[in-house]
Amino acid sequence: MSTKRNTFRHRTLPYLLIAPQLAVTLVFFMWPAAQAVIQSFEQEDAFGLSTTWVGFQNYQTLFADPEYLNALKVTVVFTLGVTAVSLGLALLLALAVDRMVKSATVYTTLLVWPYAVAPAVSGVMWWFMFNPTIGIFPYLLHMVGYDWNHGLHGTDAMILVILAASWNQISYNFLFFVAGLQSIPASLREAAAIDGAGPAKRFWTITLPLLSPTTFFLLVVNFVYAMFNTFATIHATTQGGPAGSTNILVYKVFNDGFIGLNLGSSSAQSVVLLFIVIALTVVQFAWVERRVQY
Amino acid sequence: MAAITLESVGKTYAGGVTAVHAIDLAIADGEFLVLVGPSGCGKSTLLRMIAGLETISSGAVKIGNRVVNQVEPAERDIAMVFQNYALYPHMSVRENLAYGLKNRGVPKDEIARRVAEAAKILEIGGFLDRKPRALSGGQRQRVAMGRAIVREPAAFLFDEPLSNLDAKLRVQMRGEIKQLQARLGTTSIYVTHDQLEAMTLAHRLVVLNGGRIEQVGTPLEVYRKPASTFVAAFIGSPAMNLLQAEVSGGRVRLGGASLPAPGAADGKVTLGLRPEDLQRTRPGAEGALLMNVAYVEELGAQRLVHGTVGGQSVVCAQPVESDLGDTLTLTADPAAVHLFDAASGKRLG
Amino acid sequence: MVENRRFLNLLAHLVLILGVAFVAFPVYIALIASTHGQNDFLSGLIPLLPGHDTIRNYSAMMTQGLASSGAPPLWLMLGNSLIMALSISIGKIAISIISAFAIVYFRFPGRMIAFWLIFVTLMLPVEVRILPTYKVVAELGMLNTYAGLTVPLIASATATFLFRQVFLTIPEELMEAARIDGAGPMKFFWDILLPLSRTNIAALFVILFIYGWNQYLWPLLVTTGTDHYTIVLGIKRMADIADQQPEWNFIMATVVLAMVPPVLVVIFMQRLFVKGLIETEK
Repeated sequence: MSTKRNTFRHRTLPYLLIAPQLAVTLVFFMWPAAQAVIQSFEQEDAFGLSTTWVGFQNYQTLFADPEYLNALKVTVVFTLGVTAVSLGLALLLALAVDRMVKSATVYTTLLVWPYAVAPAVSGVMWWFMFNPTIGIFPYLLHMVGYDWNHGLHGTDAMILVILAASWNQISYNFLFFVAGLQSIPASLREAAAIDGAGPAKRFWTITLPLLSPTTFFLLVVNFVYAMFNTFATIHATTQGGPAGSTNILVYKVFNDGFIGLNLGSSSAQSVVLLFIVIALTVVQFAWVERRVQY
Repeated sequence: MAAITLESVGKTYAGGVTAVHAIDLAIADGEFLVLVGPSGCGKSTLLRMIAGLETISSGAVKIGNRVVNQVEPAERDIAMVFQNYALYPHMSVRENLAYGLKNRGVPKDEIARRVAEAAKILEIGGFLDRKPRALSGGQRQRVAMGRAIVREPAAFLFDEPLSNLDAKLRVQMRGEIKQLQARLGTTSIYVTHDQLEAMTLAHRLVVLNGGRIEQVGTPLEVYRKPASTFVAAFIGSPAMNLLQAEVSGGRVRLGGASLPAPGAADGKVTLGLRPEDLQRTRPGAEGALLMNVAYVEELGAQRLVHGTVGGQSVVCAQPVESDLGDTLTLTADPAAVHLFDAASGKRLG
Repeated sequence: MVENRRFLNLLAHLVLILGVAFVAFPVYIALIASTHGQNDFLSGLIPLLPGHDTIRNYSAMMTQGLASSGAPPLWLMLGNSLIMALSISIGKIAISIISAFAIVYFRFPGRMIAFWLIFVTLMLPVEVRILPTYKVVAELGMLNTYAGLTVPLIASATATFLFRQVFLTIPEELMEAARIDGAGPMKFFWDILLPLSRTNIAALFVILFIYGWNQYLWPLLVTTGTDHYTIVLGIKRMADIADQQPEWNFIMATVVLAMVPPVLVVIFMQRLFVKGLIETEK
């Protein structure tokens, strides 16, 4: 790991400088995470008075639990939905902005601010717009004969949370796609045009392949976002319902642990999530390494 | 101002690589000493050990009468000019000059006086309130010098200060550094890989190679009596011709040609001839070198003729008006004949 | 672009206008709703044009809050959000910049371990350690305190790596020149490093301010009483009640106020915002 060739010589100062960060890390990250791992192998009795070591029993119970398996399935659908919607729309908008010369900055300003809106806030706004009694979308859908009710229909609820969660993430994806498009040399597209490729062909054969590093990076980031940063969206809207149809993993771990106080199961769920984050982080950093060579 | 003494100063890195081997050197008060050599010869490391930016593995560095091995750079009473100038980008020129003085607790009016004086000497008074990024390369160079001057240190240390400038500016600044040093009389150590810079600036120059001293001397001594083939090839432009030859009977022989080599023992040698010392002589002259001309470079003031003598590459400098054929008949003064041991490369005689 | 096709340009404008409409519509609806009286939400369709109760709604929320949900006046929650956003962003920047300084400019035993400990926090979001972290905070007596709201969030691998990257690009000779100029490590830090990192700090601040303002799960865990509610959390509390008692006008006034500060930060510091966003993902 690189440092300066020349460094300051001081016995205590570096430790003092790094101490606050390490203290917070150890007390609020390492220690609790270690606790979660240990507790995932333990079981508390009904009164919380004693704990016993149960090995992998919590995990076995977890993966035999239809509710957990449902939550896994729901998470996959939700994550893919959010990633597809927010990446797709963002790419479309970025391609459009990339054609603009004068108005690009204005459009960009008008498109980036949803990043600043809290997921809980956007959740409440979408919840309001889709309110089955007075919301505008159910009203419009009713006119075409669809009876929207996210309080009763699982699919409606899923569509609602995917829209709310995607709405926040579009700005982020948009900015990175715009940066990615700008880094493709204009000369390449000009060369393709001289070679007789029309706009559509240029997009599929030049732009999209050259944009693939950005796309891959955003794919990972969006997976992380949909899986871990959307707790607020769910909690502020459907609360996992109806009937567990929007019960994603992070919501379930909160609900089982913090509300249901099922320590062993909640810890095992935490450890599963931990493995997912580690996997995604490894993929992301492997990509960074590759990009350096690229 | 002070003399600087190096007593078997060496540097070995943690990995076991030795960059500088026990170097002894005495730099007189007010002297302008140039450390010259190719990259990786240890010249910068040596300078940085004197500055205190690099720890000293062995030996002692003395500034004045004080051993400074364990002394912080700021306490060594030196000033340094860096290759990339290392001006603080967020401070104005004035603040850049004043920063070191302020840290030392020099009173405000004294700082102002010294900054004004340095500004006058270096003619940078016009842009004292500008930021470094608003300055040209030459102006930045002057500010870097100014930062050294205001300190009124015992010694200036220059680490390739001109290599970021274009060729024309480099010549101009070279002249200014020389005059400035003469005027201030401050002991100066100057590191460069450019032999011309070394020749023109130095009172004495030190040729370094592989962390060892090859030769110490005035520019003329080094030019006239290079101590080794390394120095011979390094100092002087175009570089000295080095040819495989043999000595027998007081003459150095090369193919059919021979030149006087008074006092040299018989055996294989490396013969050194500077291109500018090779003169034409009449065809058929006894012992003359016959050079097959390959091509000619016109330099304006002279022309460089490239070719071979007995199959070995040779360059010679000729007047522009000269009339060249396919072969040149060349000879050299006995005083211009350099002989080096074929194995060690050390100068003979 | 290579050729100027009229049709494609029009299409691009159309796509962008629809895109802007898509992102703006929910906010428009919220703004309109916040200008109406309570009776407009009983049945039928939510209002689509401005109403007349703007001042009444906002002043009621600011000074009294939503009594039926037990939420405090908004100014209190806005204040809490501001304290939280500022403490988190300043705290993260402060502890990250000094740890990056230690890692880059010093060589000390344990340096690699420290680096990896900080790195690993990337892989430990709150979600994977909810209960044990809650317990630690509870045992330290930090529940329902500003310290509890902020301190556990201020460790930051991302910010540390960002500053490390910034420091690595600062020429080595600046530090050497400063040493010759008599500056010790802390003087070098204040006089040279900090001013040179100014724009990076500002860009990071924008991102972290938004991050801090929008926190949800953590305040949900550590606040037990309403006095430490942040505005984002408060909305949720009100919305829970709203499904039975439609006071959407008040809720949407809160939604608008919760959005305004971070959105303004993004709009007015867009350049820094984009820089911060892109740098923190490197």
